[in-house]
Amino acid sequence: MNNVVELNDIGMKYQSLNGEIPALEHISLKVRQGEFVSIVGPSGCGKSTLLSIVSGLLRPTSGSVFVESEKVMGPSKKIGYMLQKDHLFDWRTITQNVLLGLEIQKAVTPEAKEYAERLLVTYGLSEFGHKYPSQLSGGMRQRAALIRTLVTNPQILLLDEAFSALDYQTRLAVNDDIYAIIKKENKTAIMVTHDIAESISMADRVIVLTRRPGTVKSCHTIIFGLDKRTPLKSRKVPEFQTYFEQIWKELDVHV
Amino acid sequence: MFKHQKNSVALQPLPISPEHRDYLKHVRRQKIMVGFTQVFILILAFGLWEICAACKFVDPFITSQPSRVFKTMLMLHQEGVLIEHIAVTCLETVIGFVLGTVLGTIAAIVLWWSEFISKVSEPYLVILNSLPKIALGPIFIVWIGAGPAAIIVMTLAISLIVTILEVLNGFLAIDKEKIKLVQTFGGTKLQVMAKVILPASLPTIINALKINVGLSWVGVIVGEFLVSKAGLGYLIVYGGQVFKLDLVMTSVLILGVAAALMYQGVVYLEKMLVKRQGQ
Repeated sequence: MNNVVELNDIGMKYQSLNGEIPALEHISLKVRQGEFVSIVGPSGCGKSTLLSIVSGLLRPTSGSVFVESEKVMGPSKKIGYMLQKDHLFDWRTITQNVLLGLEIQKAVTPEAKEYAERLLVTYGLSEFGHKYPSQLSGGMRQRAALIRTLVTNPQILLLDEAFSALDYQTRLAVNDDIYAIIKKENKTAIMVTHDIAESISMADRVIVLTRRPGTVKSCHTIIFGLDKRTPLKSRKVPEFQTYFEQIWKELDVHV
Repeated sequence: MFKHQKNSVALQPLPISPEHRDYLKHVRRQKIMVGFTQVFILILAFGLWEICAACKFVDPFITSQPSRVFKTMLMLHQEGVLIEHIAVTCLETVIGFVLGTVLGTIAAIVLWWSEFISKVSEPYLVILNSLPKIALGPIFIVWIGAGPAAIIVMTLAISLIVTILEVLNGFLAIDKEKIKLVQTFGGTKLQVMAKVILPASLPTIINALKINVGLSWVGVIVGEFLVSKAGLGYLIVYGGQVFKLDLVMTSVLILGVAAALMYQGVVYLEKMLVKRQGQ
């Protein structure tokens, strides 16, 4: 019921002159409306590939993706993508950066501009609309990047290691910020990360992938029973450690 | 929720401390000293040149001398040809380097657009890049005729390939993730070009412009050596042939000033464009 994203038996192989590299195999996954799912796995297991496939940037070699019951054939307006770095363009002001997606989709209307302005105000960037990205802190830049994604009003957000370029303290604060924004706007989110703690602190469900070729190893439903859950509060709950150890063991990290 | 805002506010002007005032004074004094020394060296060189020639330590017939250069300049001016020669050369150079930059950038766009064309043209670009373009001079003269057109083509030949390679490298060095960002919004290749590649390459293109100013002067002077009836290059060759070193020296000095001014013009343009980007 209410599955906004559905992956059916996804397989992906990369071709190169030296042969074929299987990146993903038999991945099936369903994500409900409003759910926050995070995907962890050893590096190189195809996590980011999976997101690219969901977004329609990459065609899977086998299997199919459905977003709101429609088969994904290419990038869609229903999906917003957040990359590792904020990639705000130096030559545009924050407002111009935030409007980038709308410009590309040729959807810059007065209403859309107003919505962008409102988001900037709501998330504490209203004074910075005419500033350039170099004048903002890392956390603010990440927030501006999220607003750039939200302005096009996607139903589903894909976060691809979206916080890994930030230093640790900023990262914790931005986790809280972005989590609050996603929940407030009632978006469905799929986040890829190599940070186990981050994935547990934010997600309703953590999916562990195996080494390459990536397959689903296990799936953990995260329940903290917190009244008003935030990533920072979640980290302080005793169960957090239990989840962490479980997932850590499954990732089977050898150095 | 948004506690971490404070570290982003721009620096406030503080009251100047004595240490800071000393530092500023030191910087200013250093700047004045550098400027003074630069002017001094210039005056010294010209002064020595003048004296050595006047006292016949060197033969002014061969080395010329500043006062004779000045007289030659006046003479050319009275004949009413000085401005004309300067104008001809400057015009050829400007046309050459604007054309070189524009055509080079367009060619780079084509090569970026089509990997096939890029791969096909690679060996040709390598050959054209290593070929001493001056060797093509006689061909241009025969094909185009002895005139300003041949000189501009000569200039283009020298600057075009470098521009293409430089700008294309700039295009390819742009973070792939920035391109991916535009694609996640459903952007087409044309939009990737317009929204990312071109604006992000502005510094590279300006850099190409800077290189092209220098190369265009080479192209124009070589072109004028080969064919022209006017221009500074023509004066230099003519002066050399009739052994009027005054004329040669005068032209070389004017050339130096004109080239430096044009380079400064590009630097100024760069400052204007970068300032608009707020960096």
